[in-house]
Amino acid sequence: MPLLEVRDLCKDFGGLRAVANFHLKMEKGEIVGLIGPNGAGKTTVFNLITGLIPPTSGSIIFQGENLVGLPPYKIAARGVARTFQNIRLFKDMSVLDNVRAVLQLHNGYRFWDAALHSPRFAKKEGRILARAMELLEVMNLVSRSRDPAGSLPYGDQRRLEIARALALEPQLLLLDEPAAGMNPREVASLTELIRFIKEKFQLTVLVIEHQMGLVMNLCERIVVMDFGEIIAEGTPHEISNNPVVLEAYLGKGAVISRC
Amino acid sequence: MRRLILLGGLFGALYMALKLLGLAGLINDYWQRVLDQALITTIGALGLSIIYGFAGQFSLGHAAFYGIGAYTAGIIGKVWGHGSLAYFLLALLAGVLTTGLIAFLLGIPILRLRSDYLGIATLGFGVIVRVALENSNRLYPPLGGATGMTGIPQVANFDWIFWFAVGTLVLVCNLVTSSYGRAWLSIREDEMAADALGIDTTRYKILAFVLGCCLAGLAGGLYAYRYPYLHPSSFDFLKSFDFLLIVVLGGLGSISGTVVTAICWVFLLEGLRIILGQAFVDWRGIIYAVILIVTILLRPQGLFSGKEWRLLFPSLDQGNRTWGKEGKHAPFRG
Repeated sequence: MPLLEVRDLCKDFGGLRAVANFHLKMEKGEIVGLIGPNGAGKTTVFNLITGLIPPTSGSIIFQGENLVGLPPYKIAARGVARTFQNIRLFKDMSVLDNVRAVLQLHNGYRFWDAALHSPRFAKKEGRILARAMELLEVMNLVSRSRDPAGSLPYGDQRRLEIARALALEPQLLLLDEPAAGMNPREVASLTELIRFIKEKFQLTVLVIEHQMGLVMNLCERIVVMDFGEIIAEGTPHEISNNPVVLEAYLGKGAVISRC
Repeated sequence: MRRLILLGGLFGALYMALKLLGLAGLINDYWQRVLDQALITTIGALGLSIIYGFAGQFSLGHAAFYGIGAYTAGIIGKVWGHGSLAYFLLALLAGVLTTGLIAFLLGIPILRLRSDYLGIATLGFGVIVRVALENSNRLYPPLGGATGMTGIPQVANFDWIFWFAVGTLVLVCNLVTSSYGRAWLSIREDEMAADALGIDTTRYKILAFVLGCCLAGLAGGLYAYRYPYLHPSSFDFLKSFDFLLIVVLGGLGSISGTVVTAICWVFLLEGLRIILGQAFVDWRGIIYAVILIVTILLRPQGLFSGKEWRLLFPSLDQGNRTWGKEGKHAPFRG
């Protein structure tokens, strides 16, 4: 059984069909890239999978269960975590609390434990703190744990967003343009980071990206969208030689010279 | 445990000091009333601090809940009370529960709204409550309507009010340093991200709203048993604005700021009454506005800007102490 199976997913915004007959099958442990020109509907697909917007039609089966109609927080609780294209950290909260806020899902204490700071509260909070620090350690953010998240440099903010997503202990991680605004060295480092966490946390990763270096390097399979539809699918090699893809990106008749 | 002893000692000492000042005749009846009002305002302001300062839900109707608490607790005391302590506590509880129930029923539909729209909805609710209170005597004459309500036994003294305020403060501090507080803050910071990361935003928003309104109800109940005269105009929009000013001036998301500002605010109001003299009492409005404008210009983040006294918040000190160099988990090196 595939981990995620999206079938005939459509989304209309008024008269505009933002996503049309989108389909996707992901096996556990895969890294799939989702590419396409601006406005192709990639982020809309993410928003549909995470439940932030309801689809017009179609189904999203995750671990055998249809996610359509579930509120976002329940979808997240089932193991779908994401990052955002325009970083959406909790800016005025500390780096540590950004991670801890998400770990609260697994807190296991009740209102009165929190109100009275009971022994059970202390025990569980200790565990939450330890887990959060583990994640920050993996991301090399321990030294900044007390700083407000908004004060971190750009690259650290991207990594914190990934740490926060990992706090959900997800099965499926959706990364929305994680390399946006990064220089080639940072992109190379990020590519390694994604590989590293994929192994360490046994993730399945779906990544939207414009930086072809990252996509070609990282992904085993690539899905290309344009105007809300899938126009091509295949391995990085197949995609980079597909005339339809080149047309979508560069216009009719374009050829990439190999050097 | 260490914290419990420290806090107990601190508040105990403060309590003793205020009591001794009172016994020595340094706090006369008038200033004792002002002090009690300051503590009651603190309880209500802590409620709004949860709703607006932490959960980020803009409420302009806080005084309406303060009024509901006052009238509910008050009418019980007036009709059945006869000044016994058990009735006082029961009436307080009834006030808190009624306020909480109304907040819950109101919160479900209106907490879907965002910022300004929520402000308008809560403002509207405040007007409804005021008009209802003004005409309440048609429904049930003892409520007094526009002439106000008298005859509530004055059971709440400084001791009760002080310890209720301390209890509220500790409760709120404990909550905001728990996963509840973090969930509230995350909603204030970015509701959509919180939602996508597994936080049940609706539930936490309603919880914050109900809890904050319950505290307003508690403050109202104490007010009813401390001051002999309840009038709908004490619970109108201007009073809501007072609470809002306290929370904003103290710094959103700062409990210490809320407490300090609430107490200073009440004393400032009374102080100005004396300084300005009877003829110029209404000029206070101008002075508040000037204070507000100057503070917002100089310190837009509020007096305490999200910072806290360490004593109240032991968990702030954790974090880095036990962590760092051991490297139990190989960090990523790219």
